[in-house]
Amino acid sequence: MPKVKFDILESTCVPLPYENVDTDQIIPARFLSATSRQGFGDNLFRDWRYAKTGEKNNEFILNNPDFSGKILVAGKNFGSGSSREHAVWAIFDYGFKAVVSSFFADIFMNNALNNGLLPIVISDDLLKKLTTLVQNNPNTKVKIDLEKQTFTILSTGDSVKFAINPYKKECLLKGLDDIDFLLSIKSLITGFENNKCLTK
Amino acid sequence: MKSKTLFDKIWDSHVVRSIEDGPDVLYIDRHYIHEVTSPQAFNGLKERGIPVFRPGKTIATADHNIPTKNQHLPILDELSRNQVERLSENCRKYGIELFGLNHPKNGIVHVIGPELGYTLPGMIIVCGDSHTSTHGAFGTIAFGIGTSEVEMVLAAQCVLQPKPKKMRITLDGELHKGVTSKDIIMYIISEISASGATGYFVEYCGSAIRSLSMEGRMTICNMSIEMGARGGLIAPDETTFDYLKKIQAIPGIDDLKSSINEWKKLRSDTDAVFDRDLKFDAGLIKPMITYGTNPGMGMAIDDSIPLSDENGNNASSSFLKSLDYMGFKPGMKLLGHPVDFVFLGSCTNGRIEDFRAFAQVIKGRKKAENITALIVPGSKKVEEQLAAEGLTELYKSAGFEVRQPGCSSCLAMNEDKIPRGKYAVSTSNRNFEGRQGPGSRTLLASPLTAAAAAITGRITDPRDFINENQKVKK
Repeated sequence: MPKVKFDILESTCVPLPYENVDTDQIIPARFLSATSRQGFGDNLFRDWRYAKTGEKNNEFILNNPDFSGKILVAGKNFGSGSSREHAVWAIFDYGFKAVVSSFFADIFMNNALNNGLLPIVISDDLLKKLTTLVQNNPNTKVKIDLEKQTFTILSTGDSVKFAINPYKKECLLKGLDDIDFLLSIKSLITGFENNKCLTK
Repeated sequence: MKSKTLFDKIWDSHVVRSIEDGPDVLYIDRHYIHEVTSPQAFNGLKERGIPVFRPGKTIATADHNIPTKNQHLPILDELSRNQVERLSENCRKYGIELFGLNHPKNGIVHVIGPELGYTLPGMIIVCGDSHTSTHGAFGTIAFGIGTSEVEMVLAAQCVLQPKPKKMRITLDGELHKGVTSKDIIMYIISEISASGATGYFVEYCGSAIRSLSMEGRMTICNMSIEMGARGGLIAPDETTFDYLKKIQAIPGIDDLKSSINEWKKLRSDTDAVFDRDLKFDAGLIKPMITYGTNPGMGMAIDDSIPLSDENGNNASSSFLKSLDYMGFKPGMKLLGHPVDFVFLGSCTNGRIEDFRAFAQVIKGRKKAENITALIVPGSKKVEEQLAAEGLTELYKSAGFEVRQPGCSSCLAMNEDKIPRGKYAVSTSNRNFEGRQGPGSRTLLASPLTAAAAAITGRITDPRDFINENQKVKK
């Protein structure tokens, strides 16, 4: 797993206001045959980004030159379905560093945190407000401060605290990784095995 | 001592260490891997120069991208072939047991795990696949993980997990004829939505759950993830133990009788508290079908598509976008709507009982001309059993060809794709846009409903094909 650092991010946003966007939409299964983590960004939202003939679908938000930025503003229940980490790799590889929604699927949330893509949960009302602001003005900027756990819409001054597991926060701020941690407690794991392991 | 749920008991007994304000370090009893979500994890080990910590606790199969015809020939698609070869290489290199392509025990990971006796009560099982929840049917905590977590398990036999909340779903009452375990879980998901159990681990209880076979219970637990739950489990009972007794040799178990005595203790304390408690009446459930593009968008087969989404938003862009993709309109009835494909298989409904149920409907009848059928057993063992019970012949005489095992059209990583705009009644688990191929339109249903559609060529109520005297798989 990669070691990624995250502290402060200030960026414009890309709005994707659909509910229940599943990981099959984020990266369709037919693009999962690679054996490395790189290059998945090319096929992010593939079937929405391109028409069946292979040309760009100009109506899709990622093909609209007015919108860009490192923050994806998604709809409720983002990342549901398959556990494929490729979905997070695709979003990250495309250039996003944070995803904002009012609700994430559990496995997606874990996968995102394990890859330095920050999932931020805000209220339904604030999500609606932010989406409308961004849609009306693509230059709307947001500031995310992980240390302070604050999420701020710069033009309006709306600022909220977001939740994150303190362990994961520490990992992201310092660029640490779970495997280093697990390897460091190996004697504890072996001790557990000797005492109460079901399958020796 | 404080009362505990079954989930708490299993979870707590696997905590190696609790990180303050952080996740638990959980010990993993069994780790299942497949070709699609493991290569990057092995790359990670290689980059760190570390071995697999406990290779004996991981088993591997090739299932997601393999063809379901001519499996003895090289895989045509270069990327898929490479992935399957990489899995073999990695298993050889790290000493992991592989039930790969053409192995006599090959099959879908969630079909072979239980079949071969690797899935046992009281364990924690993980796999880089969200339908790992299937194994919960044995009184097991089983959940899907991402590739970074696959790497953690390979490196240290542990994952870091925040403990989910607990939900109990009780289903009492009698099931009507023609209503299967697939209909039960589709009904529950339609009631609480595709995100209704996010953040929870579910325990299924009640007389209607107890009456189900292990295959039926696996179908229920399998689709727990489709309502957002990390997993679902059912306390083991005589049905569980009878299933396990039929397995020739259970790996790691010498004295099954004493293990069963231990497993009998695996149940929630009577006064254990759940964060959420839901009750449903089995008598209200009819054969179900989905009409939209997430598994929460389901209804009784003789019902009409709702006029608005679950929040009452009729103009909700997500709701209309979904119906538009399916070529449906609010208020429409689906009975009689023409269908192009029927898919029987997957980790949800690819077991022997599913094939027996489908066979009951097609027996003595013929496949409709307009239907292309994909009939895909979940494992080599299921394939053999079909032949042994004369079902392969029965399918053939009704105009259906039984394929070789694999995940197949459920996620269409191989050639078994549903073409753009075509309708497929599928026994799989996801009706997402393009799930069965770009532009494909999936209608999830039980094996009975799929069989009825295969015979008439239209969406058909399976109860029309079942008379009172016939025994149907629950």
